[in-house]
Amino acid sequence: MSTPLKRDEAFLQFLLRMGDNTLILGHRVSEWCGHAPVLEEDIALANTALDLIGQTQFWLGLAGEVQGEGKSADDIAFLRDVWDFRNLLLVEVPNGDFGHTLMRQFLFDAWHSIQLGRLLKSSDARVAAIAEKTAKEVAYHLERSADTVVGLGDGSEESRRRMQEALDYLWPYVGEMFQSDDVDAAMVAAGIAPDPASLRDEYDALISRVLAGATLTIPDSRFGHKGGRTGKMHTEHLGHLLTQMQWLQRAYPGANW
Amino acid sequence: MTRPSSDQIWQWLDTVPDPEIPVISLVDLGVIRGVEWNGDVLTVAVTPTYSGCPATTIINLDIETALRDKGIEKLELKRQLSPAWTTDWLSDKGRAKLEDYGIAPPQPAGGPDRCPNCHSGNVTKVSQFGSTPCKAHWRCQDCLEPFDYFKCI
Repeated sequence: MSTPLKRDEAFLQFLLRMGDNTLILGHRVSEWCGHAPVLEEDIALANTALDLIGQTQFWLGLAGEVQGEGKSADDIAFLRDVWDFRNLLLVEVPNGDFGHTLMRQFLFDAWHSIQLGRLLKSSDARVAAIAEKTAKEVAYHLERSADTVVGLGDGSEESRRRMQEALDYLWPYVGEMFQSDDVDAAMVAAGIAPDPASLRDEYDALISRVLAGATLTIPDSRFGHKGGRTGKMHTEHLGHLLTQMQWLQRAYPGANW
Repeated sequence: MTRPSSDQIWQWLDTVPDPEIPVISLVDLGVIRGVEWNGDVLTVAVTPTYSGCPATTIINLDIETALRDKGIEKLELKRQLSPAWTTDWLSDKGRAKLEDYGIAPPQPAGGPDRCPNCHSGNVTKVSQFGSTPCKAHWRCQDCLEPFDYFKCI
């Protein structure tokens, strides 16, 4: 019989999940830097990536503190391999085209904004403070990604087709956000974080409203890929991403400036 | 040396320019949240503007340099996340300086009330994101000049 997770072990896993989501999505979005279709979008993408990577420093910084082994946010970000990451599969999938990137951003932002709203009431003051800080930024990430999804979905025939394809491709990655395990149970018991499943109704209401405005159809299937937030099975894409993101530390271990 | 008063420290910090918008000081920006002596150690609480703002580390470095130049030897910089930084903390002096510099100061309405160059109210948003995370990109429809608007957050 398995023993319940110790509170700090579960807390560490929870913090890695939060920080790895923002880290990996931040890195993915930063790949657009210098490649976006227009200058304003290039700047918007770079700024969103910056926000996310900044938020990562809070989450992984606190993870290092809770872990108590003297690790910094940078150590955790750059010195782990694929199986140690706890991000959702959604954020590690490649960017695809611009519409695909913004659809992924919207599906994530919607979840992120609801999650941070709940974390404002966390029993851990440090978690509540990070949520308070980052929720403000995520509010305008969501405003922009939702506007862009509507603009492109309810746009030309070509842009609509691409947005529907993006939604069809990404939809099976949505369900993982709402899966609960023993880590979540420990977080709920400690009053630190909500049960992921409890976010689903609010999420569905939010995305249904926006996607209807975008004239897009949400796929029927509730099939969901999983394995990212538990670290059991990442996609093949994460390893390739890490070779770029961690290149410097891999080539010059311990490099500092 | 005798221990400088908190008022003196605030005055010194008010001469340290923001690294991105050097016409306003760090005090104008509202990122200095507290100055406190604990024995012979001076603690300065600093809050970040945006989580990912690359200026944050430079701000800390500039505070440290400025205070060391004034003879403060034992200094501790404390990051304070809550309450989260808001543009409501920009000083009136800072807001006026921003406009003189060509950056429209934040407005509760969520957009600039006038062009910082010709003061026309006929302005339009180009993009929610501008040259730095804290700014949006707007344009005046009368003088046709593009300008930065300091976003309300």
